[in-house]
Amino acid sequence: MLEMPRVDLEKCTGCGTCAAACHCGAIVIVEGKATIIETLKCGWCSVCEAVCPEGALYCEFEIVIEG
Amino acid sequence: MAASIEFLQASPYFAGMTEPEIEVISGLFFQKTIEKGEKITWQGDPGEALYFVASGAVKCFKTSPEGKEQILQIVLPGNSFNDVAVFDGGLSPTSTEAMSLVNLYVISRSDMGGILTDHPKIMINVIDILSSKIRHLLELVEDLSFRQVIGRIARILLEYADGAGPKPKLTQHEMAALAGTAREVVGRSLKTLQGDGMIRMERNRLVIADKEALSQMVNAHS
Ligand code: SF4
Ligand code: SF4
Repeated sequence: MLEMPRVDLEKCTGCGTCAAACHCGAIVIVEGKATIIETLKCGWCSVCEAVCPEGALYCEFEIVIEG
Repeated sequence: MAASIEFLQASPYFAGMTEPEIEVISGLFFQKTIEKGEKITWQGDPGEALYFVASGAVKCFKTSPEGKEQILQIVLPGNSFNDVAVFDGGLSPTSTEAMSLVNLYVISRSDMGGILTDHPKIMINVIDILSSKIRHLLELVEDLSFRQVIGRIARILLEYADGAGPKPKLTQHEMAALAGTAREVVGRSLKTLQGDGMIRMERNRLVIADKEALSQMVNAHS
């Protein structure tokens, strides 16, 4: 399963800001909540996290040392 | 020895003065030669003279209580230093040192004051010169605080990557909160670190590519 940004459905108000800001169409609003569609087009730009007024989106990074 | 007429004519300080006027004031300057590595002025000294670099390079720097040196400006031929203390009558805010063999033209504070009184038209030149120095310093302040933030972010990345056990994941939002900065600054910092080859962003994996360089970054700015 491809990892995708995570939505906190309790915080999400379905405002659609993230869906409008995402350049690859990875977010749609379904039944008043942001829904993330699995797609490799999502390059983890974190724009959705940046624009969400509720802080409901999380683009988490795994931090590793090479080697 | 007086300053050369050509040098003063080319200096932004005296732009707009006629040749006969410049000839008169050139007698107020004296020349000084400084060996590489020699100090010229000291931070905290009264600003008794204004210096113009005729050849060579001079660094203006401050030294922190821990002895760390911060260069604020490198003064190249045609430009001046010690302006602030000369004009506000306060103490020199920086020390200066010759970075090469340096030839200077020096004028005393009172003689410089006399020139300004006699030729008020050059006041506008002084405003221009001081303004561009302020602009340069503001850019430096911005750069320094940005580098400090980058240093804090570098430390956070190393701490999280180094810890034993399952690795907690971090959003840029959380990195910002940990570093005490805004989210956008984190984005910019990560881009800068990636541009410098210290980290690599592989989608949702943030790979520390050069741990050594990243650690140095932390030490240099903490
Ligand atoms: S911007 Fe935030 S609150 Fe609005 S729909 Fe997207 S996740 Fe929900
Ligand atoms: S990280 Fe970027 S590409 Fe991925 S869902 Fe968010 S806005 Fe879209």
